Amino acid sequence: MASITLKINNKNHTVEADPKMPLLWAIRELVGLTGTKYGCGVAQCGACTIHMNGLPVRSCSIPVSTAVNKEITTIEGLSENNSHPVQQAWIQEQVPQCGYCQSGQIMAATALLKRNANPSDKDIDAAMQGHICRCGTYPRIRKAIKAAAQIMSQKASTK
Amino acid sequence: METQKNISRRNFIKLSGMTGAALTLGFYLPASGKDAEVMTMEEANSLGIDMNAWISIDTTGKVTITNHRSEMGQGSWQSVPQIIAEELEVDMNKINIIFAQGNNAKYGSQITGGSSTVRGTYKKLLNLSATAREMLIEAASKKFGVPKAECHAEDGQVIHTPSGKKLHYGELVKDASALTPPKSVKLKLPAEYKILRKPLPRQDTPLKTNGTAIFGMDKKLPGMLYAVVERNPRFQGKVKSFDDTETKKIPGVKHVIPVKMSVFATFREGVAVVADNLWAAMQGRKVLKVEWDDTGFEHLSTTQLYTRMKDDLKTKEGLSFRTKGNFNAAVEKAEKKIEAVYETPYESHSCMEPLNCTAHYQEDKLEIWGPIQGPDWVQDFLSQLMDLPKEKIIVNMTFLGGGLGRKAFMDYPHEAAVLSKEVKAPVQVVWTREDDTTQGPFRPGMVYHCSGGVSGGRIAAFQTKVAGQDMDHQWPGAQKDAYLGSTTEGFLEPYFDGISHYSFSDIPLDVPIPVMWWRSVYASTNGFAFESFIDELSVEAGKDPLDFRRQHLGEERYQILIDKLEEVSGWKSRKKNEGYGVAITECFSSIVGEVVKVSKKTDGKIKIDKVWAVMDCGWYVNPDIIRAQVEGSIIMALGAATKHATHFQDGKAVEKNFDTYKMPRITDSPEMEVHIIDNDEKAGGVGEPGLPPFTPALTNAIFDLTGKRIRVLPFNLEEV
Repeated sequence: MASITLKINNKNHTVEADPKMPLLWAIRELVGLTGTKYGCGVAQCGACTIHMNGLPVRSCSIPVSTAVNKEITTIEGLSENNSHPVQQAWIQEQVPQCGYCQSGQIMAATALLKRNANPSDKDIDAAMQGHICRCGTYPRIRKAIKAAAQIMSQKASTK
Repeated sequence: METQKNISRRNFIKLSGMTGAALTLGFYLPASGKDAEVMTMEEANSLGIDMNAWISIDTTGKVTITNHRSEMGQGSWQSVPQIIAEELEVDMNKINIIFAQGNNAKYGSQITGGSSTVRGTYKKLLNLSATAREMLIEAASKKFGVPKAECHAEDGQVIHTPSGKKLHYGELVKDASALTPPKSVKLKLPAEYKILRKPLPRQDTPLKTNGTAIFGMDKKLPGMLYAVVERNPRFQGKVKSFDDTETKKIPGVKHVIPVKMSVFATFREGVAVVADNLWAAMQGRKVLKVEWDDTGFEHLSTTQLYTRMKDDLKTKEGLSFRTKGNFNAAVEKAEKKIEAVYETPYESHSCMEPLNCTAHYQEDKLEIWGPIQGPDWVQDFLSQLMDLPKEKIIVNMTFLGGGLGRKAFMDYPHEAAVLSKEVKAPVQVVWTREDDTTQGPFRPGMVYHCSGGVSGGRIAAFQTKVAGQDMDHQWPGAQKDAYLGSTTEGFLEPYFDGISHYSFSDIPLDVPIPVMWWRSVYASTNGFAFESFIDELSVEAGKDPLDFRRQHLGEERYQILIDKLEEVSGWKSRKKNEGYGVAITECFSSIVGEVVKVSKKTDGKIKIDKVWAVMDCGWYVNPDIIRAQVEGSIIMALGAATKHATHFQDGKAVEKNFDTYKMPRITDSPEMEVHIIDNDEKAGGVGEPGLPPFTPALTNAIFDLTGKRIRVLPFNLEEV
């Protein structure tokens, strides 16, 4: 057991944890942010995706010790009020069904749009194919990413 | 407006628990099956009747609606209030929605399966909300001192139409709650709908885009412990012994205890590792050593299972389910006759949220929280299994990260309850993805032997013999020589008129693998056999597959659906080098037709260009939810057809996680177009009926393009 400080959504949290504990469980159980989900535990489904220093990572497969001194963002840190363009697009396109995988999908999509403001279908495939949605919301995810790109470019042009 | 006799009138009772502080309406469903007398709130209270409270409007005008069904993605969280808001004349956005607890004495069956939420309750809900509206109008007319006919309800208020005077519902609930519910209410005609049949955004969407929706695994109680269980991988074996020396060395591990949970007529045995965090429990389980006693039942492999089903089809007569005419004589006389055998695999449900359940057992009461499809069923079962009266068991539904039929089972709540009782603390049992994939109950694997003949371009004789496990045969005391009853599930009703000689029978397979409902249940596999074989017969008859179906499906509803499919898919104007396939199935009172278009990529491999679906579910609530459900059903069918299957080796499931149980991904998702038929038919199901036609439409399209007939699932699209 070790005392570990995690910077999540711009806030420091000090937790007592086995350094080998996957970051996912530290976020969910020790910090209490349950928007990040457990799906497979082996980095196959993407439900646990968060941002670490701005990059999408699978929190189920990263030991909590690795996250020290990193900027971690979870779904809860994306916006105060569902106002992130990706969240807006997800609502506009009515993407979620059961919703369980969507935190991970949204985190992957925001990371994609951060590095690629106007992704093609191929770019979307490459960024999103690590994410399983059992409800089959894929066509809407694709649409929503394109809609989010538009919302972001409109916001940028009105600035 | 149509006037409808308020059939529920005698079952209505109003309740204002806070004496006029709210107008609360629900139904009283007497257990004896007798009609309840209409009674005042005082009478209900004096009789100690515990009412359901479907609609409650408080003095601030806030409307609270109870969703008696679970929300697993299919949209009950939206469709139940959308139905109520229409007749109640309130804005959807001003409604607060809460989940009911399990209680079938109050709500009727709450099992969210069989695509039943809307079709099972919409008439009741329309009546209930119209009744509330009429009582509010009556209360307002008295306050205004005007005739009721001069008032109308709109957006949460009653308006005196000539003068424009308004009263908010909140100002009327006190008076309205003192009124007697009207004997009959007027329901709107579909053309008058303002909320129903509109693609309104779902109320649960914002909760699912910011991480605030609470799923089963998100439930946390003070002092709660986490458990994972090493369960018998062969389903029916017993714990012979276990060694927890290493497990107990893991920091955080509190208890290591054997546990049994009820699975149909048997118990699944395992050893639970209970810890103060989930990771510790998982670590403890890794070093736990369990010895099993796996004697007394068969340890089967997939090859053995399918050999047995195929042998059964050759050697056994089967239990006759539905016959007409004389199949044997008719097929002998037919101009052409063919036979075909179709195989479908065992499948895991693999909901994105693995099974989990939280239980708190205290003295003589039990409370459950979890992703549960049938809270009332869980309450009934736990009452027997835990030997507690029903009223001592509270079952709370969380959002479900998928259900697909698996979460209608009561094994995992039972396991949580047993563990909480044992360790005297609240316990959350979490199934790892590996547990979820390997432990079942599975969709049963099936083999179909179809025979038939055509004469004069029509089906002269049609026969299907089905071999596979019967879900009902697993219950204690089940009559194992009884027929499946689902033998013709998915088959279109008018075929029974259009075909003069047919025979359907089944041969139940009795093996120790647990099986359970999987989205669209037997139709999910029957549909593949039926609609493939119809296609094969159309080829023998020298007919276009769509025309062939049109010719046999005489009823107008089917003709309309076929015409629509033909129109939207451009069936008649298809080009060379394009394969088109069609399939139409019917289940849970809805008919769905799908056309799949395939072509060859430059490397010669098959790609799915597009899927068109036409859904006839009769009366409906929200077209966007229907489209989403059909899209999702198509993707789920695509997975079972081309991506994943559960195999067994030496009595154990082989595929354990998504690395081997491969799911369809965004790269597999074809273009889809969903159309909904508008008609005056009764409401049918929405969550499941879009699934069965996809696979046969796909394989029929592949046949159309390549001449290759696919009869065994799953198949690899890359290797056709």
